[in-house]
Amino acid sequence: MTNSELNRFKDKAFQWFGIFCTMIGLVVLAIFLINILIDGLGRIDWDFLNNLPSRRAHRAGIYTAWIGTIWILVLSSLIAFPLGIAAGIYLEEYGKRNRMASFLEVNISNLAGVPSIIYGLLGLEIFGRVFGLGGSLLTGALTLGLLILPIIIVTTREAIKAVPRSIRDASFALGASKWQTIWFQVLPASFGGILTGVILALSRAVGEAAPLIVIGALAYVPFAPKSPMDEFTVLPIQIFNWISRPQEAFATNVAAAIIILLLITFMLNGIAVYLRNKWQKKVKW
Amino acid sequence: MSKKNYKLEARNLNAYYGTFHALKDINIAMEEKAVTAFIGPSGCGKSTFLRTLNRMNDYIDGFKVEGDILLDGRDIYARDVRVDELRKEVGMVFQKPNPFPKTVFENVVYGLKIQGIKDKKVLNEVAETSLRKTALWDEVKDKLDKSALALSGGQQQRLCIARALAISPSVILMDEPTSALDPISTAKIEELLYELKEDYTIVIVTHNMQQAGRVSDQTAFFYMGELIEFSKTKTMFTSPKHERTQNYITGRFG
Repeated sequence: MTNSELNRFKDKAFQWFGIFCTMIGLVVLAIFLINILIDGLGRIDWDFLNNLPSRRAHRAGIYTAWIGTIWILVLSSLIAFPLGIAAGIYLEEYGKRNRMASFLEVNISNLAGVPSIIYGLLGLEIFGRVFGLGGSLLTGALTLGLLILPIIIVTTREAIKAVPRSIRDASFALGASKWQTIWFQVLPASFGGILTGVILALSRAVGEAAPLIVIGALAYVPFAPKSPMDEFTVLPIQIFNWISRPQEAFATNVAAAIIILLLITFMLNGIAVYLRNKWQKKVKW
Repeated sequence: MSKKNYKLEARNLNAYYGTFHALKDINIAMEEKAVTAFIGPSGCGKSTFLRTLNRMNDYIDGFKVEGDILLDGRDIYARDVRVDELRKEVGMVFQKPNPFPKTVFENVVYGLKIQGIKDKKVLNEVAETSLRKTALWDEVKDKLDKSALALSGGQQQRLCIARALAISPSVILMDEPTSALDPISTAKIEELLYELKEDYTIVIVTHNMQQAGRVSDQTAFFYMGELIEFSKTKTMFTSPKHERTQNYITGRFG
């Protein structure tokens, strides 16, 4: 083999190795999905979505769980959205580059890395006990809101950073104040990125079971929650509860519930991708 | 100095970026309704000086100004001067066209909207006059609700000038406004300068010696943070007083 043939061979070889590496993750996911679909798809029907939990597997449904999940989604985004965006704006636009700023920055990155069960303990102590909210939806939403806050702050900062200096200059030069510049130029231009981050953060929150178990979200809640102060359960906890039972039939329920949970997650991710594309088309520098 | 009323004046102006002494003891007086060009090699302080005239450097950490800059005889760095009010009086156009990622119309009326002016009739009127002043009206009158980013580079820059005119300033600062444009667009902007100086005081930073010669009434030559020479453009280009100026404008360095 000549040198150039060898080079071409190496090139091809690496290409195939790369494809192989990429496929590993996808194939595992595909096998898992197919498995779940075979086990659970037949179990999903109107009753499964509308029934309350029960000791008998074939009568048990996920009504309280998915209602709880929606509640948690809405409440925690209401909490984390404004807080995270405001904090991101402050750090990026107003924060001076000093010791305090780097201290804050390091700690926000740290927060993003704290195991979720620790957030659960924090929520249990602060929101559940000190604030006296108990095992309510509000406690859960506050806890998850806190959990996704660092992610939202970081993505907000990234999105804001991507808005070019020249746009701010133009706005300032026309007599705009800092706030006007942020409100009329920076935020609209970075909103797609921010929203994408928020939705991805939410899709993480949807899958969390550990912190909610700690604060006392129960698998057996006989009624769907009607206010933020009610007790609740969510899909991941329902899944966790069912899988720990010995009866075979509950495994089918688990598969079905996983399909619903995945659907919600994929839907959120889909919305995120859609928004990102839509905004990117609108804003080009 | 004579008793003449100057539009813009700098007195014993010094500026620093941290410990770097960017402008050294600048004294200059610019006439009203005339074009003043700042020339000089990169890093000579001409852009820094331009940006002190509407306090665009205020947001830069470590930037400090000493001395006075007088606009109509009033010190713009005085404590009671509000920066947003100052910038309504002293508009700015940048090196690269930087329209907002919004419609053409929104771009032109942005300065008015942030002042709280919502009257559709007023906004429409101002938009049309400003676009006419920059000879852009006929080109964009059917695209007012299209994105400004769809315009050509030269049109974008004229839109940026129109946007600055819309809040009726008396001074317009231009920081190498044609350096990112092709020759035809450049010619259009230079033509525009000629008309605009009827109503506005214009200060333009340029790297292009011919441009300075063509468009300006007075020229200031900066070198290493100092104002080396300031005189009528004709005088400077025909009989410069300093050797450095001579060398620079004849292209021997820079």
